[in-house]
Amino acid sequence: MEREEVCFTTRNNSLVAKIGCEVDHHTAKRVREKIDSELFMTKPEVLVLDFSEVRFMDSSGLALILGRVECAGVIGARVHLSGLSPQLLKLVKLAGIEKIKNLTVSGG
Amino acid sequence: MKRIINEMKLRLVAKSVNESVARSCISAFAAEQNPTIEELCDLRCAVSEAVTNAIVHAYRDRTDPENCYIYISVRLYDSREITVEVSDNGCGIEDVERARAPMFTTGEPGERCGMGFLVMESFTDGLTVKSRLGRGTTVLMRKILKP
Repeated sequence: MEREEVCFTTRNNSLVAKIGCEVDHHTAKRVREKIDSELFMTKPEVLVLDFSEVRFMDSSGLALILGRVECAGVIGARVHLSGLSPQLLKLVKLAGIEKIKNLTVSGG
Repeated sequence: MKRIINEMKLRLVAKSVNESVARSCISAFAAEQNPTIEELCDLRCAVSEAVTNAIVHAYRDRTDPENCYIYISVRLYDSREITVEVSDNGCGIEDVERARAPMFTTGEPGERCGMGFLVMESFTDGLTVKSRLGRGTTVLMRKILKP
C-alpha cells in the first residue's frame, strides 16, 4: 500500500503536516490540497511543514512551500519548515526562501 | 580525449508519473561510479526539473500525452563526467534567456515557481538549452563526479 502522503497532528496552536512522500510535480498537487484543506479547517497560528521523511524534493516543493506561506497568510498564520535534510536545505537556500517574511526554517 | 564508457537512452511518455522513473534510472546509472550522496541528489534533482519542464511546458497544449515523448540520453565518460540530454518535440521556448531567469515562469502560480533552470544550473557543472519554436527543446547538462 502506498504510504500516506501527509499526516497531520495538532499541538498547542500549531498544525504539523508531516510529508511522507517524495515531493515533485507529480505528487505536489495532492500534498498541497491536503495541507490547505486541513489548514483552513484548523486555522492554527503556525503551520509546521515537517520534511523529516522526505527523501527527494525538487522546485515543485519550493512552489509548494511558497504557496503555503501565502495561504497561511490569509488566516494570519506563519509557516515553519522542519526536518530539512542537507540537500533540501541547499534547495531552499538556493531559492532564498528562508529569508521571506512569516517563514522560519530548522534543519535536522 | 575523453572516452565514453557507458551509455543509456530512455524514451518516456510525458506523464508526471515518469518524473520519478527518470530519477530512478539516472540514480541507477550513476551509482556504479560511487558518487557522493550530494552528487547523486544533485543529478536526480536536475533531471527531475528537466523532465518536469517538458511535461508542464513543452507539451502543455497537447491533449494526447500518450503520444508525447521525452528522450533522455545519458553518457558516462572515463573522466567521471556524466552528461544528460533531455529532449522533447514540444512547443519550444520563445525566449530561452528569459525562461532561464530565476522566478520567471509561465506555469500555474503555486505549481511552478520559476526555479527549474536555476536548479539545473546550480546542481550541475554546465547547462546548455537549445530550443526551436514549434519543434522542441533540448537541455544538456554535465556533471563531473569527484575522483
